[in-house]
Amino acid sequence: MVRRGLLVAVVSLLVLSLSAAASAVTLEFQQWWEVELPRGVLREIVDGFTKETGVEIRLLSNPYADTNTQIAAGAATGTMADVVGLDGAWVYDYAKQGAISNLSALMTKGGYDDSQLSDQVRVDGSTYMIPVVNFAYPMYVNLDLLKQAGVTELPKTWSEFKAAAEAVTRKTQAYGWIIPLSTSSPNGIQNQFMSFLWASGGYMLKDGKPNLVGNEKLIKATEFVKSLFDAGVVAPGAYSMTEATMVEEFVNGRVAFMTSSLAHINLIRQNAPNLNFAVMPVPAMDGYDGPRGMVVANWGIGIASNSRYQDEAWKFIEYMMRPEVNARLAEAANAFPGNVLAAPDYSAADPLFRDAYEIFKDSYAINEFTGLPVSEHLMRIFNDYLQLYIEGEIDSAEEMLAFIQAEWEPNFR
Amino acid sequence: MRDAVAQRQPRFARLGPVLKHGTPYAYLSPTLLLIILLLVVPIFLVIKYSFYDNVIINKNPVWVGLENFRIILRDSRFHTAVRNTLIFVSVSVVGHLVLGLSFALLLNNRVFSARTTGIFRVVYVLPWMFTGAVIAILWQMMLNPNGIVNYLLSVTGLSDAKIAWLSSRKYALGAVTFMNIWAGYPFFMVSILAGLQGISEDLYEAAAIDGANAVQQFFRITIPQLKPILISLLTLDFVWTIFQFDLIWITTGGGPLYATETLSTYIYKQAFSRFQYSQASVAAVLVLIACTVIAIFYARQQVARD
Repeated sequence: MVRRGLLVAVVSLLVLSLSAAASAVTLEFQQWWEVELPRGVLREIVDGFTKETGVEIRLLSNPYADTNTQIAAGAATGTMADVVGLDGAWVYDYAKQGAISNLSALMTKGGYDDSQLSDQVRVDGSTYMIPVVNFAYPMYVNLDLLKQAGVTELPKTWSEFKAAAEAVTRKTQAYGWIIPLSTSSPNGIQNQFMSFLWASGGYMLKDGKPNLVGNEKLIKATEFVKSLFDAGVVAPGAYSMTEATMVEEFVNGRVAFMTSSLAHINLIRQNAPNLNFAVMPVPAMDGYDGPRGMVVANWGIGIASNSRYQDEAWKFIEYMMRPEVNARLAEAANAFPGNVLAAPDYSAADPLFRDAYEIFKDSYAINEFTGLPVSEHLMRIFNDYLQLYIEGEIDSAEEMLAFIQAEWEPNFR
Repeated sequence: MRDAVAQRQPRFARLGPVLKHGTPYAYLSPTLLLIILLLVVPIFLVIKYSFYDNVIINKNPVWVGLENFRIILRDSRFHTAVRNTLIFVSVSVVGHLVLGLSFALLLNNRVFSARTTGIFRVVYVLPWMFTGAVIAILWQMMLNPNGIVNYLLSVTGLSDAKIAWLSSRKYALGAVTFMNIWAGYPFFMVSILAGLQGISEDLYEAAAIDGANAVQQFFRITIPQLKPILISLLTLDFVWTIFQFDLIWITTGGGPLYATETLSTYIYKQAFSRFQYSQASVAAVLVLIACTVIAIFYARQQVARD
């Protein structure tokens, strides 16, 4: 009798422990955010979710470029982390692969009010990514270099910009402008090259399709960038340079102007506490006085289709988009919130961030590469032909854009 | 009970030959299972993928036969990648051999004390201790237009230009090949040094008595004695260098304008940038065929040696 009682007790304990183990859900969250945030901030934020729900979050953090590679490999093999940090440029391909979940369906199922979201990245009408925070790309300027070069006013137009860059290159040891055009990470086309076009009210797409041939503003922007190279004002090494190296060159005072993410303010302050720099709007085409587009990139979030915990993952996204949580993340990241109801307190933020916020409010957010098919590949094609044009192996900007359009179009079918 | 045991014995006896012949296979089975799972299955999957229109992103792949092979073999960028790979691999392998052999001969020299030799052995083997990513970042900084290499060229009066080593079509392939040689020669050095230490001193003494000078001794004794090691090293290095990826990807990404595009970066871009997994598989299959030919040559050399 005693033996039977013991047996029952052991079996009950075993069943109880197994059910407890089954209910302890752990979500994997693959992203690059933790690397770029102040130490411990993301951990603290996600721990708030664990406290509320009991669902553990395992952070898988890598630099941006590695995250893309990891997610691509996970998408190919069906082993993606449950929740993934996404860039808008990756969404189309992962959605078409069926690697990320349709968030519209999860929102409907959970009765979520999506009017509070500042944006949603959609493919074929369904949402696959929600931007959690948005980063603007203003132009950074080294004020000491400008002073040495005798430039007294910040340039507003392309011709003023070129004159200032030439003065810096001629009168100091530094270069005027910098652009990263590495083949491995070709987003210099989106963040640096296109910033000149978008700041001048131009577009590269029309009705969602490539509109490069005969696009006057784009032709002028291309010719302008080539003229900067021809004038010798661009920092050398552009063709193998990545964005990280570009920021490093700016930090070391080797370049006067660079267009870069607001997320880099922290990094620049950390690595060069005495650098005298400011942010300014990207110069626009001469004679243009309309509204200016400002490049934005975002930290987006999505759910892997292969995740067994779709509901828990959606709850986690809801938590990250909750106004107070979203505001906390935006404050820590020097970014703008993805929830329109979030009210981040920027009073303690870097004064330059507040300047950038003013610039942002006078502009409209734009990034035409977001949600495009194989967008990294499209940027790489543009990058290759731009280099050929700069090197003089393609005679004109019109010809260069025609080549690019011909290679882009099959990807839009 | 006894009857039962007696009845069972013949049954086991019948199993005797099976058990006898099966035992070796039972011992081999864990290894065979691992080889099948980690080697055979992935290889066959890649070969299978190369015959479909596209896989992974395509839920219902369609058999297209050799169409992907036709596309890849006609792609001028694939031709560039093959050409660059051949240059990169052959120069790297020769560089590894020359540097590895030279340093091994230096370290095998009795002119220096054991302590000096020990210090240099550590110094020379250092590049091998770093991972590809560390080597790439290290050289990326040194070859930066504002880096130490240009500085040294400037102070020695060799060149005042800020050469963009990794951004110039003229220098980029040479620069990444140099990095790869720097990263890989210690393996040759250590292996050749072990080989040198195994050559009998009697051979050199006999040759000296016969009046052979140092050069003759090197070509008539050292090289022939090292030949089996050298063949193994060259073959393995050829295959390893074909797959070199991280060094090139981090420093140049295959650019500028395909100047450093090799088969590994080409395959990566096809798969993870264009999402053309089947075409990437075709390129991988072609590399596999080339490596298999080399592996057969290597295996035959090994058999002949045994």
